Amino acid sequence: MTTAPDRSEQERELQQLEEQLAQLQAASPDVPDLEARLQALRERVQVLREALWRQPTPWQVVQAARHPQRPKLADYLQRLFTDVVELHGDRLFGDDPAMFCGLARLDGQPVVVVGHHKGKDTRENVHRRWGMPNPEGYRKAARVLRLADKLGLPAVALVDTPAAYPGVEAEERGQAEAIARSILTLVQLRSPVVVAITGEGGSGGALAIGVGDRVLMMQYAIYSVIPPEGCAAILWRDAARKEEAASALKLTAQDLLELGVVDEVVPEPLGGAHLDPERAAQALREALVRHLREVQAVPPEERLRRRYDKYRRMGRFTSHPSDLLAGGW
Amino acid sequence: MLNWLRRPKYESVERRDIPAGLWAKCPRCAQLVYRKELERNLKVCPKCGYHHRLSGPERLRLLVDEGTFEEWDAELASVDPLGFPEYADRYRQAVQRTGRREAVLTGRGRIEGVEAAVAVLDFEFLGGSMGSVVGEKVARTFERAVELRLPVVTCSASGGARMQEGVLSLMQLAKTVASVGRLHAAGLPFVSVLCDPTTGGVTASFAMLGDVHVAEPGALIGFAGARVIEQTIRQKLPEGFQTAEFLLRCGLVDLIVPRSELKSTVARLLRLMSVGGEVTVDHRA
Ligand SMILES: [Zn+2]
Repeated sequence: MTTAPDRSEQERELQQLEEQLAQLQAASPDVPDLEARLQALRERVQVLREALWRQPTPWQVVQAARHPQRPKLADYLQRLFTDVVELHGDRLFGDDPAMFCGLARLDGQPVVVVGHHKGKDTRENVHRRWGMPNPEGYRKAARVLRLADKLGLPAVALVDTPAAYPGVEAEERGQAEAIARSILTLVQLRSPVVVAITGEGGSGGALAIGVGDRVLMMQYAIYSVIPPEGCAAILWRDAARKEEAASALKLTAQDLLELGVVDEVVPEPLGGAHLDPERAAQALREALVRHLREVQAVPPEERLRRRYDKYRRMGRFTSHPSDLLAGGW
Repeated sequence: MLNWLRRPKYESVERRDIPAGLWAKCPRCAQLVYRKELERNLKVCPKCGYHHRLSGPERLRLLVDEGTFEEWDAELASVDPLGFPEYADRYRQAVQRTGRREAVLTGRGRIEGVEAAVAVLDFEFLGGSMGSVVGEKVARTFERAVELRLPVVTCSASGGARMQEGVLSLMQLAKTVASVGRLHAAGLPFVSVLCDPTTGGVTASFAMLGDVHVAEPGALIGFAGARVIEQTIRQKLPEGFQTAEFLLRCGLVDLIVPRSELKSTVARLLRLMSVGGEVTVDHRA
């Protein structure tokens, strides 16, 4: 089956139809046969979308995870939580607009929220560095997580970052140390922690707030040790082979569920959360509340032990090196 | 991680600059050095003080008292968990070239008579990259140290997380950090030695959580790769960026110690950080 050329054609057609649909919806109501034409377009869009997204390629998922209209932290803050109060600053150096920290209520219960803060447009993204934190971002998160510990509040982390910010100042202020320390804070937090990867899980910058008792992942989110472009550049000296790299890296939610890295995949509307943000948020809220309830029921010492064991078990290796050179692996 | 971008470039430079002949060319001062003299000088250039990279076994010989090292978990090997392109071949080649199974050597030994758990990353094996095996062996080292009441010394030299094991490599950051947390909770000392180069996921996990950070002179230490940073900020990087000396100024390492004094410095630190006879010293050594 020659799916690849079909797909890009279908993608182009879907895009055109979506544009037509938007134009028609904005048209004046006296266009002849408006309802019938809208209906026909909608049906065609639905058929195409189903064909394209029944078994999306990893690269399609990468594009969905990075879609400009994909719901961001601000959308989820508004749709999942009430009584949101943002807290600023790491008390050491400054305040990082790429990392959100605050207090809020989830299902009526006070919680601490930390999350990467991507902006809704270019202007906001310049300010927020496209959600790529500087060290003070991780240190702010660690400070607010320690507050959760002091107060016995559960913590919710929303992960959506391309990477840690590759800047001179980030190195000067020790971003490696900040990431390591943030991971340590989460590993040792007595409070329950539930993590949701909502968009891009970009390596160390994601993991810095991505360790918890439960890790959920949105259906079209990605989580990877390196972006597919960088991987392709290293492997084949050709960043254009990013689609192959995206497959090789096993970065989709389904892959990571199978690898034991995430605990549950949260379903999204067919084609991506941006097509129906409210439905996506409802599914995420339901999953967050359910998992939080489960881990809150576990006594703190036992919860800490289970969290340690969860990460302790991650990875795959053999103790039978004879397998190795015999090619039996 | 991103630092993989820099690794192959250096490797080819090193291979070209230190041929298997009698003479070695120093990559920093470009002078020819008699190879035997370089070896006698612990692979530090006698002309300019450049610290050449050491393999895992060389580092171990430098640090641990002769005949005292007892290796742990030498049998652990990768299984290519993702079926990643070219990984199995590259892995086998690394095994054949080095005669070792992975990019870290772990075990217990004495350092000037002081008993310690030791983990030494091996840059010669796939750039010292941390995949499932490295993460597992490092975590076991910290856990055994807690059981045996030993201090831990790690020597890092790594390009970061191993790309070919994907997000499982990323998870080794969490795994190793968790094990360091247990050591800290047990009140046992951890000396992290940062060698050239220590970057990416290794820096962003156990290597930056030492009680004391000791760096070798001139060592490249950082998180993001210099090229990625340059592309992002579109500026030349400052002179000496991400060197041990730069990190000392930034407050990220405690000491820069020349190779000839590394062992005695680590041993002194371990003795100073031992409380109430927690550290076993063999005075026969
Ligand atoms: Zn020299």
